[in-house]
Amino acid sequence: MIRFFKGKKDDGQDQRTEEPKLELETPSEEKKGLFARLKQGLAKTRSTITGRLDRLILGKKEITPEVMEELEEILFTSDLGVETTQELIDIVQDKVARKALSDPAKLKTTLKDEILGYLESALPQELQFPEGSPLVIMVVGVNGVGKTTTIGKAAHRFIKEGKKVLLVAADTFRAAAVEQLEVWGERVGAEVVKQKSGADPSAVAFDGIAAAVARGVDVVLVDTAGRLHTKKNLMEELQKVKRVIGKKLPGAPHEVWLVLDATTGQNAVSQAKMFHEALGVTGIILTKLDGTAKGGIVVGISHQMKLPIHFIGIGEKTEDLRPFDPGEFVKAIFD
Amino acid sequence: MFESLTDKLNSVFKKVTGRGKLTEANIQEALKEVRLALLEADVNYKVVKKFVESVRQRAVGQEVMESLTPGQQLIKIVHQELISLMGGEVSGLDLGGKPPHVIMLVGLQGSGKTTTAAKLARLLRKKGRHPYLVPADIYRPAAIDQLQKLGAQTGIPVFEPLKGMRPEAICLEAKAEAGRRACDVVILDTAGRLHIDEDLMAELERIKEQVAPKEILLVADAMTGQDAVNVAKSFDQLLDLSGVILTKMEGDARGGAALSIMSVVGKPIKFIGVGEQLDALEPFYPDRMASRILGMGDVLTLIEKAQEEFDQKEALKLQKKLQKSQFDFEDFLTQLQQVKKLGSLEQILSMIPGMGQFKKLKQFKPDERELIKVEAIINSMTREERRNYKIINGSRRRRIAKGSGTTVQDVNRLIKNFVQTKKMMERVTKKGLGGMPPFPV
Repeated sequence: MIRFFKGKKDDGQDQRTEEPKLELETPSEEKKGLFARLKQGLAKTRSTITGRLDRLILGKKEITPEVMEELEEILFTSDLGVETTQELIDIVQDKVARKALSDPAKLKTTLKDEILGYLESALPQELQFPEGSPLVIMVVGVNGVGKTTTIGKAAHRFIKEGKKVLLVAADTFRAAAVEQLEVWGERVGAEVVKQKSGADPSAVAFDGIAAAVARGVDVVLVDTAGRLHTKKNLMEELQKVKRVIGKKLPGAPHEVWLVLDATTGQNAVSQAKMFHEALGVTGIILTKLDGTAKGGIVVGISHQMKLPIHFIGIGEKTEDLRPFDPGEFVKAIFD
Repeated sequence: MFESLTDKLNSVFKKVTGRGKLTEANIQEALKEVRLALLEADVNYKVVKKFVESVRQRAVGQEVMESLTPGQQLIKIVHQELISLMGGEVSGLDLGGKPPHVIMLVGLQGSGKTTTAAKLARLLRKKGRHPYLVPADIYRPAAIDQLQKLGAQTGIPVFEPLKGMRPEAICLEAKAEAGRRACDVVILDTAGRLHIDEDLMAELERIKEQVAPKEILLVADAMTGQDAVNVAKSFDQLLDLSGVILTKMEGDARGGAALSIMSVVGKPIKFIGVGEQLDALEPFYPDRMASRILGMGDVLTLIEKAQEEFDQKEALKLQKKLQKSQFDFEDFLTQLQQVKKLGSLEQILSMIPGMGQFKKLKQFKPDERELIKVEAIINSMTREERRNYKIINGSRRRRIAKGSGTTVQDVNRLIKNFVQTKKMMERVTKKGLGGMPPFPV
């Protein structure tokens, strides 16, 4: 009886493993620790991509369709998106057709330069601190991209530069968002202006700016609730927050930072467009670049909308917010 | 912002129909469009490659029927392939055996684990279970706070970890506590972590060993791009997932990540998160997801919603009134409320297929506040006025406008629209065409 059931269960298991699966890489046959395997697997994915491209290029005299496809794969899997990938491939193909490019070995450098050109078409300017009043930065984005964490880390940077920073907890919607910002405030040594959960975010922002002016701080970082860009009423709420800030302090907010998650795919384009339309975004922060996602989607966004990428997030620690380096970024795509 | 695949394929095949037969080259052209559509929907590059190949194999040869246009035929094949890849059927949670059952939620940072934990608990309680929420995220500031607040909002008990407790201890202790409290489902909200973070991944492995979860669900963001495969694969290799929950589906992401994840780990998607409210968790329907990835609209959900929300009796009553030409403002209001129950207008519009064909409609953004205004105006009318609009003269209009916080012009416009609707509906019903009450907007 027991055997019978056992046999049946095994059958079920077999069926499950027979479900359509697509193998991305051949699983290692040796029984190693899971982590070792994981790491090895990732290394293999990486090496197969560059390895194959390099192999295809090595010693060849002409650029074959296989090489172009290999390039296309690198761009697609880095989330550069259909439009940008096709644009870049067209540029390279055009150069090949005009015989301006015939050496396969130069292909990678050419492509890298093109992407670099895209990114450098919108480089961030030095932040301008207004005379006699605080620099107000409003931080926006969809849910879960890391707005609050970014604010904590940005505050740390400013404080290290000797600036006095005030954090404004205008995410009054998500449970415990205010508490999260408070923890960051304590951690980096910045004061936090807050109200009750569920309060009007514009009112909190108003209070925050008033307090900042009164206390003579240098930088104000306004945390807002995550919201999907398709929610019209919530986007209008953000516009109101911006308006109210401007009423209290003419010219503010001086910066509107859009936080994008590097793991996000094509939807980031839609996010950038709609947040920019509603608020006039001044710069992008790209978070979660410490994973395996390349965040390539920002190439097209930055280029098309002329939006500079200010910082990248590469971890959960206080110091893990770094200025964006286009060269490093492009290198990582091909690594 | 995306042109739907159906539109694109139709234009590709426009050159071919009329000429009768399909050639290999024609399919080639169409398959390129399919490929781009899938890539635009964030399906992983390699998954797309394999998928397009299998569609090609099915399409070339006997399966291209003559009764359909080539475009329709190809869409059908693509659609079927997608559904079969995504599991075909709806799959729920496996909560048989001796309680308490542990459900473990894992995933990257910001994918929505904590919100999902509360939503799942609420759903299970609705089904007669006694859920127990466990905050095992000791890393993110105020994460435990967040779950406790959500627990308080929904009235679902939340385990209270002692200061300094490790996640493994929290989960183990909480499971024992659930038994003492006679809670039968324990939901573990683990910290978000990167799939390449060895230390934190090892922590998940230890939790799994100690509490033996019945379900280990990967919570993944529907907006995830190409990296979805790496993430899902790593979590699955380590933990042997039992399923996936796809969050943030209410946005405009096409959700190709769903296909990527399913084809790489072969585990079912069990639920989708469709909003920030705590009741916004729905079962996953592979066929609907297939339509969404292809940009074909979600007719089934719309029909189902309409069936659920439209009060049949009300509809019948309205039908009778229409036939007797007695449609008045009170009916107008009831109808308005019915439509509101269906969800936001934008949501409804997005579910209608072929919207891509009407470029103008894309610009058309219905204003929810307009509906609120209309409701306010009708609510400010007396019963007599609602029953007989003809008595609403100038001074009544001024009073209504004041009472509803609108202007006389608003009131005028509404009455004009109402009269037109009424006339149109009466004409339609008299001709005997009216089966379903038309929308008043």
